[in-house]
Amino acid sequence: MAKITYREAVRAGLREALQRDSRVFLMGEDVGKYGGTYACSKGFLDEFGPERIRDTPLSESTFVGAGIGAALGGMRPIVEVMTVNFSLLALDQILNNAATLRHMSGGQFSVPLVVRMATGAGRQVAAQHSHSLEGWYAHIPGIRVLTPATVTDARGMLLTALQEPDPVFIFEHAYLYSMEGELEEGPPAVDISRAAVRRTGKDVSLITFGGSLWKTLAAATSLAQEGIEAEVMDLRVLRPLDINSVLTSVRKTHRAVVIDEAWRTGSFAAEISAQIMEGVFYDLDSPVARVCSEEVPIPYPKHLEDAALPQPDKIVQAVHTLLGR
Amino acid sequence: MTVPVTREQGLEWLRQMIRIRRFEERAAELYQLGKIRGFLHLYIGEEAVAVGSIPSFTHEDAIVATYREHGHALVRGTSMDALMAELYGKATGCARGRGGSMHFFDAARRFYGGLAIVAGGLPVAVGLALADKMQGRNRVTACYFGDGAVAEGEFHESLNLAALWKLPVLFLCENNLYAMGTALARHQSQTDITAKAQAYALPAEAVDGMDVVAVAAATSRTIDFVRSGKGPYFLEYRTYRFRAHSMYDAELYRTKDEVAEWKRRDPITTFEQTLRQAGLLADTDLEQMESRIAAEVEEAVAFAEAGPWEPIEDLKKDVYTHP
Repeated sequence: MAKITYREAVRAGLREALQRDSRVFLMGEDVGKYGGTYACSKGFLDEFGPERIRDTPLSESTFVGAGIGAALGGMRPIVEVMTVNFSLLALDQILNNAATLRHMSGGQFSVPLVVRMATGAGRQVAAQHSHSLEGWYAHIPGIRVLTPATVTDARGMLLTALQEPDPVFIFEHAYLYSMEGELEEGPPAVDISRAAVRRTGKDVSLITFGGSLWKTLAAATSLAQEGIEAEVMDLRVLRPLDINSVLTSVRKTHRAVVIDEAWRTGSFAAEISAQIMEGVFYDLDSPVARVCSEEVPIPYPKHLEDAALPQPDKIVQAVHTLLGR
Repeated sequence: MTVPVTREQGLEWLRQMIRIRRFEERAAELYQLGKIRGFLHLYIGEEAVAVGSIPSFTHEDAIVATYREHGHALVRGTSMDALMAELYGKATGCARGRGGSMHFFDAARRFYGGLAIVAGGLPVAVGLALADKMQGRNRVTACYFGDGAVAEGEFHESLNLAALWKLPVLFLCENNLYAMGTALARHQSQTDITAKAQAYALPAEAVDGMDVVAVAAATSRTIDFVRSGKGPYFLEYRTYRFRAHSMYDAELYRTKDEVAEWKRRDPITTFEQTLRQAGLLADTDLEQMESRIAAEVEEAVAFAEAGPWEPIEDLKKDVYTHP
């Protein structure tokens, strides 16, 4: 297995997509000359040319909407919205057009659009650049929401997403771009319908996704040292949700902690918790617990930001509470 | 008002305008009867715009319209049956009844809605044009929107991007002077809409939207410009809505005198007079036309009445292509 950074994995996926389908093109802010804010498309402008690597104005609503139109017109656009924070400016196009057109037109039109964006906190960029809103997007029927946490998923989910006839939103946690991981063997395109067990265990299910996966795995390692075997479930796909894999795990462990970097109130963790309650209530030995962000705009100083976000020690503590320790 | 070239063309324009009006008058009655629900935005008064412009586009071109799009779909060629059934919400409607009045769709005629968020169609039109340009197809995208849209960010973003990338899109502003109930001068510091377009380096002009001949001439000419690869063009049709914004509206925002003044410029009656004066229209022509249209409207109502409702089992069909 080869070591590769998450950034290189995203880049490999993008390059392969551009190479194998002439309908694929990339557009967004600074994807061309600048090489991508997170350097995911560095050198692509020279390699693929300005027709297929398109720098856009800072007009999120219009370049996302243009992606919808181009998809309707037979292209396979990949739109990069620099970060989830700016995607709020494109919500009209996402919610009112991308998500509705197929159903509202009685199945006449579909929108094979892929939108990628960086998400998440943890880099001391303060309250306006630290949102974790993938759970909001997962609220919307008509789109698919992917949260690749591993390098294999960072490369492969994009390729599978491009085969989808409907809009797919990919959230790449900004903290992960510099992370190294092992690229798994196998075909580059990966499944985008199932959750994955990243560590097996029998005492508690730790359910998470995206950037929180690595904090959760760190917590599981720490718990193992005390003899607690935690199962770590990476949701991978928030919509449509693979709840069956979650329920299978909880039936086995009888306890669940959901870890989500979003604010607790109305979080995706709340949805998971509710579905566990609905599905396997009588298998539970304790209430479902949640580790989410504190209900504050994410502050700039490191000690305050750390305190606001889920951390391995908070996850360990939540497990202790569940087990009565 | 200018005179059309041929009798045939003149009669066709007149016929299409009357079709839209009679269709909508009937729809308004059906609304009062509770057969049609939700929002129903009538185009009455503005018919010359759709009738003069839509036939100038080829079948390969794309149309993106707004929630006031009954006329556009009718002239584009979607059957009156399918449109009336859509107003009813029947499965035989042009969008299986799922959209209603504001959301007509017709893939076969490249009719992309029926999009009901003001200015929300502009980015989509830009994207359709981008796809055509990237695939080397010589097609034009027609993008209709109202004067209210000029206040939205998407209007400015879309004009800029289309001009920047020289995309084959024709921006068509149907300026009926009111963003719902707010007059242009009450919400815009610059009321000359073409000046806004020109600020993005788009060629732009305004045309009398109550004159079907002028609309047709200006639209054809600007389509040629766009199709020749010179980039987007901006046309403002100066028109007026005779009815309420939607079905219920006390019309506190405009005077009866103003409405009466515009009604003197009714695109149907004025064009009818023009044709008569030119000796191109006889009483019998009009009687025949009206009676055929009345029959078409009643057939459409019967079709809508007879149509089935989409089964509830299909509620979630087409949320995803592969659920």
